[in-house]
Amino acid sequence: MIKAQQLTKKYGTTVALGNVSFQVDEGELFGFIGPDGAGKSTLFRLLTSLLLPSSGKVELFGLDTVKDYKKIREITGYMPGRFSLYPDLSVEENLDFFATVFGTSIQENYHIIHDVYSHIEPFKTRLAGKLSGGMKQKLALSCALIHNPRVLVLDEPTTGVDAVSRKEFWELLRSLKSKGITIIVSTPYMDEAGLCDRVALIHHGRLLTVDKPGAITSSYEKQILGIVADNTYKLLDSLRKYPDVLHAYAFGQQVHYTGRKASADLNNMRAYLGQCGHKDVQIMQIKAGIEDVFIDLVQDRQG
Amino acid sequence: MVKKFGGFTANHNLNFEVYKGEVFGFLGANGAGKTTAMRILCGLSVPTSGEINVAGYNVYTHAEKIKQNIGYMSQKFSLYEDLTVEENFRFFAGVYKVPPKEIKPRMEETLTNLELLNHRKKLIASLPLGWKQKLAFGVATFHNPGIVFLDEPTSGVDPVARRNFWEQIFKTAERGITVFVTTHYMDEAEYCHRVSIMDQGRIVALDTPQSLKDKYGVDTIFDLFIKIVRQ
Repeated sequence: MIKAQQLTKKYGTTVALGNVSFQVDEGELFGFIGPDGAGKSTLFRLLTSLLLPSSGKVELFGLDTVKDYKKIREITGYMPGRFSLYPDLSVEENLDFFATVFGTSIQENYHIIHDVYSHIEPFKTRLAGKLSGGMKQKLALSCALIHNPRVLVLDEPTTGVDAVSRKEFWELLRSLKSKGITIIVSTPYMDEAGLCDRVALIHHGRLLTVDKPGAITSSYEKQILGIVADNTYKLLDSLRKYPDVLHAYAFGQQVHYTGRKASADLNNMRAYLGQCGHKDVQIMQIKAGIEDVFIDLVQDRQG
Repeated sequence: MVKKFGGFTANHNLNFEVYKGEVFGFLGANGAGKTTAMRILCGLSVPTSGEINVAGYNVYTHAEKIKQNIGYMSQKFSLYEDLTVEENFRFFAGVYKVPPKEIKPRMEETLTNLELLNHRKKLIASLPLGWKQKLAFGVATFHNPGIVFLDEPTSGVDPVARRNFWEQIFKTAERGITVFVTTHYMDEAEYCHRVSIMDQGRIVALDTPQSLKDKYGVDTIFDLFIKIVRQ
């Protein structure tokens, strides 16, 4: 189990992470979802003992990241956001290096890395610096796994990766989870929240909420209307001028509208949009997604 | 348009037109050949064969003219971190030969539209990512180019800033500037007037988002992407 209590990291007067508390259960796939600058990387460096907290503490399976940092490093596998392997070593040499550092060998733990490593094994003599983005990602994951860690900490593994590769990567994480590895992962893509057992939404160094992704969206109480018309951009402009509007944002081909009142008068809205000259207007009540909740929580905080 | 590197073909016979004032989404898997194609369109790389015109100029004979008549912004590099907001505008205005008398009023107008006029003396390094992206876009379109190329412009920015950025894109398109954009956010693909999808060096789909979804019987561009890439 991983337990963070009142974890804080300051740089001068800048609070990178403020009073963050959460718990991750053994075997869980736990996601930190938030944009760049939210504090995800700082948090992950604290978790892996690479940074010292300004205050508060975090324990992994009863080990303190400050006092027991050597043992922490034996049980954690960390994949940083930037590619951090040796570009002038081959795929196999990189893997062998990490295995040796942790006192093990590729053979001994091959069963752990097999699902990931088999994709790049045909290229094992290629220099790591010459790999494609997707292959680098798989090598970095193999190197993070080679010492059979209890916890895998992955900092934005899917950033800048196309939709198909992202889907494949999440399938790999699912298969690692089934081997009992606890996985903590961060992502700026809100649509990936649904692939985690539980998620924390993080923004400006604070946790906005922590729960199962389904629970976060189903407990959202405000009414959201999904509205479509012939010109989305003009529709957005009209909706922002609608007297009862709280906020309106484009979501794909729809505009998601949230009003001040618990439920909007749809006839009134249709008439208004008609007057504004919109054609083919469709209004439907829709369920909130993670991004709707995130936007609403952030705006609540900003007042 | 064809581009070969030795025995490897990065772009296989790409055929497409992008219209003036259009927001064109250029989608594809990593390694599909998007960057290669963008570099050719920006006059930075010479194609192996094909006929290509950008902003009215031929890529073989008028690459320098193309560079003067386009804007470019990427997630990786766009502004000088150790210069202020104002200094970045002045620098790029100089590079793109904006008449000196017009720089100040146009900069003030642009910064007012971006709601960043009060921050013009600040170093880029001190600004939040969402602001940097807005500014980078303001700089890339400052010389009123015929077309602006945006390479993953919203990568990593928060959901509100991402949406504000797209509203800026539409305002720019309404000014008659063509927008050519790549993204890995599939919801953003839905905002484009038309999208193309590249896979293994080929354009495998090109149409309006709605027509493509109808044709493949899917609800979203995300589902479409999963369905047709690497099949």
